Amino acid sequence: MSVTGFVSAFRAAPPASPAWLTPIRAAAIERFATTGFPSPRTDEDWHFTSVAPIADVEWATPKGARDSGGASGSAAAGAPDLSSFTFGGGDGARIVFVNGRHLPALSRVGTLPHGVRILPLASALDEPPVREHLTHLAVPTAAFTALNTASFTDGVVIIVPADVEVPQPIHVLYASDAAATGAAVHPRTLLLVGHHAAVTVIETYAGVGGGAYFTNAVTEVDVADGARVAHYRIQRESEPAFHIGTTFVRQAKDSEYHGFSFATGGTLSRVTTEDVLGGSGAIATLDGLYMGDGVQHLDQQTRIEHVAPNCASREIYKGILDDAAHGVFNGKVYVHPEAQQTDGKQTNNNLLLSDRAQIDTKPQLEIFADDVKCTHGATVGRLDELALFYLTSRGIDAALARTLLTYAFAADVLQRIPHDGIRAGLETLARARFVAGSEPTTAVPGAPSRRQAVTV
Amino acid sequence: MTLLVIRDLRATVADQEILKGISLTIRAGEVHAIMGPNGSGKSTLAQVLAGHPAYTVTGGSITYDGEDLLELDPEERAQKGVFLAFQYPVEIPGVSNAYFLRAAYNAVRKSRGEPEADPLEFLDLVERKMALVEMDPAMLNRAVNTGFSGGEKKRNEILQMAVLEPKLAVLDETDSGLDIDALRIVAHGVNALRRPDNATIVVTHYQRLLNYIVPDFVHVLAGGRIVRSGGKELALELEARGYEWLTDGAALAEARA
Repeated sequence: MSVTGFVSAFRAAPPASPAWLTPIRAAAIERFATTGFPSPRTDEDWHFTSVAPIADVEWATPKGARDSGGASGSAAAGAPDLSSFTFGGGDGARIVFVNGRHLPALSRVGTLPHGVRILPLASALDEPPVREHLTHLAVPTAAFTALNTASFTDGVVIIVPADVEVPQPIHVLYASDAAATGAAVHPRTLLLVGHHAAVTVIETYAGVGGGAYFTNAVTEVDVADGARVAHYRIQRESEPAFHIGTTFVRQAKDSEYHGFSFATGGTLSRVTTEDVLGGSGAIATLDGLYMGDGVQHLDQQTRIEHVAPNCASREIYKGILDDAAHGVFNGKVYVHPEAQQTDGKQTNNNLLLSDRAQIDTKPQLEIFADDVKCTHGATVGRLDELALFYLTSRGIDAALARTLLTYAFAADVLQRIPHDGIRAGLETLARARFVAGSEPTTAVPGAPSRRQAVTV
Repeated sequence: MTLLVIRDLRATVADQEILKGISLTIRAGEVHAIMGPNGSGKSTLAQVLAGHPAYTVTGGSITYDGEDLLELDPEERAQKGVFLAFQYPVEIPGVSNAYFLRAAYNAVRKSRGEPEADPLEFLDLVERKMALVEMDPAMLNRAVNTGFSGGEKKRNEILQMAVLEPKLAVLDETDSGLDIDALRIVAHGVNALRRPDNATIVVTHYQRLLNYIVPDFVHVLAGGRIVRSGGKELALELEARGYEWLTDGAALAEARA
């Protein structure tokens, strides 16, 4: 919708806020009113992605989003079947939102270690840790972050106290169904991990009814000294949906953060991860796999800021694009003058399965320290004809051979996922994205199209 | 029974004619060696038989088991029993050897209207075949040929052949890069797979492989043509005299043509 549409909607009915948040929201909407939507012509970071299709729609507020007190279990009545979006979590905690509304009936806390808290954000805004951290990492300078800060009504807060290891992954599932059509949802997630704590979080954005909606998500992750966080962000929005998501991470001394961005859905999507390595000895691994077909536009942005010395960053992003899909990868690594002994490695590999598929890849290194080891590289390729011949020369039909090689291209980045259940779950999704049926042994050419196989 | 009839076969790669009229007949139960200097076209012949897309057949015919082989896609050829052991086996990162073998085995079964193999029975089969080429079963879990030594790659080729049990096996310089122990193992595997109803084409530059896989016929390829055919003694003669005495003749014949 036009900028003024969002701004006047905000002014007419500002979302409920405690006193401390009200001025932050007001500043954010002013910021958004001033910057407006980014433009490919004037904003270099948006050179390859036009958000005009988002700006052109008059987005509504999803029904029920503003009264999500979470009181009624009856909210689950008529709720979509989310079983195909839950995986890898074993019997860990799960918190589910549908069209921006928390559904306690679909959520479960399970057994959590003492002190670990998982709260719907709407009811946790007065909690001291929330007040202390929310909007501190996601400084609302960029348009979509400002819009989220002004507009969010709910989301999730996860607090893991110091020295606590959460054994099971925590799954945050933001689903949108057909009723979300025409609505903009602004999920907000806050993950606070105390020193020497460890947690695995899956954050899924799922489209279940083919709705044409707009998700504008912001996630803040604070990783204290020596903490370890694995964070899997899965974008499986419905085919006509729009998705803009930004994750802000700040890592303290000797912490480890493994972020994985898995993106397959939506017609126009952009996922940004910004990680500030603020304490020495911190290790960041940012990986990603984006897979598109049809006319999908999938944009992946990363920005790693090496602020402190002796930190390492590892980054592998892989893209597979078929039909007339358009992929964008923009990876920035900034090494500040104090960040000596930085060890940074960034790789972006792309596989184009059709002549009309397109990728714009832009790895960027900016180094202001003099004693660092940084490398980056990007490749764009097609399926290896010789490998195809090798497989077919063993009797494997050409369609399966292509599927195998396509999947194999993605396999190594998935193999970097340490959690068995999550790795297996994403492997299955990756296979399903490019072949009918999740087990390629039994794949039959001419079976349902990929898209059908994915949306289940 | 006649298994393969090649008539006046001509083929090009990148618009350059490599095969300039090859004719060859192979019957079930036979082993034919194709020898010749580098660039003579012997690997091209092997690749054309398997259906490599980089080669264009510009003339002649190949009849395999009564069918026009050139009408078949590579996978159909393989499903009907043609097998090429690659000179340079292709590395396929991300696909395990076990998965690859099972997919190939099941593809061939499916083409015959047979059900997929039971995974456990298949594992038994593969482990038996691996013993034949003295391969460590742990290699099943590695990506196809990825990081394999030269000898491991060639053994892996013979393993695939053992699993698929082709009617026509074409070994393209399978001996190249093998030490004598590996050569013996590979040859032993090939010999163990010989049956009265299948045939083998051994493409090689050197005679030494033919000490282990004894051919019924030896053909010398030079300049894209077969310039001499004979029995296994021809290989020994080539070992002693080199190729020049034949290739000079081919050059002369070329000049006269």
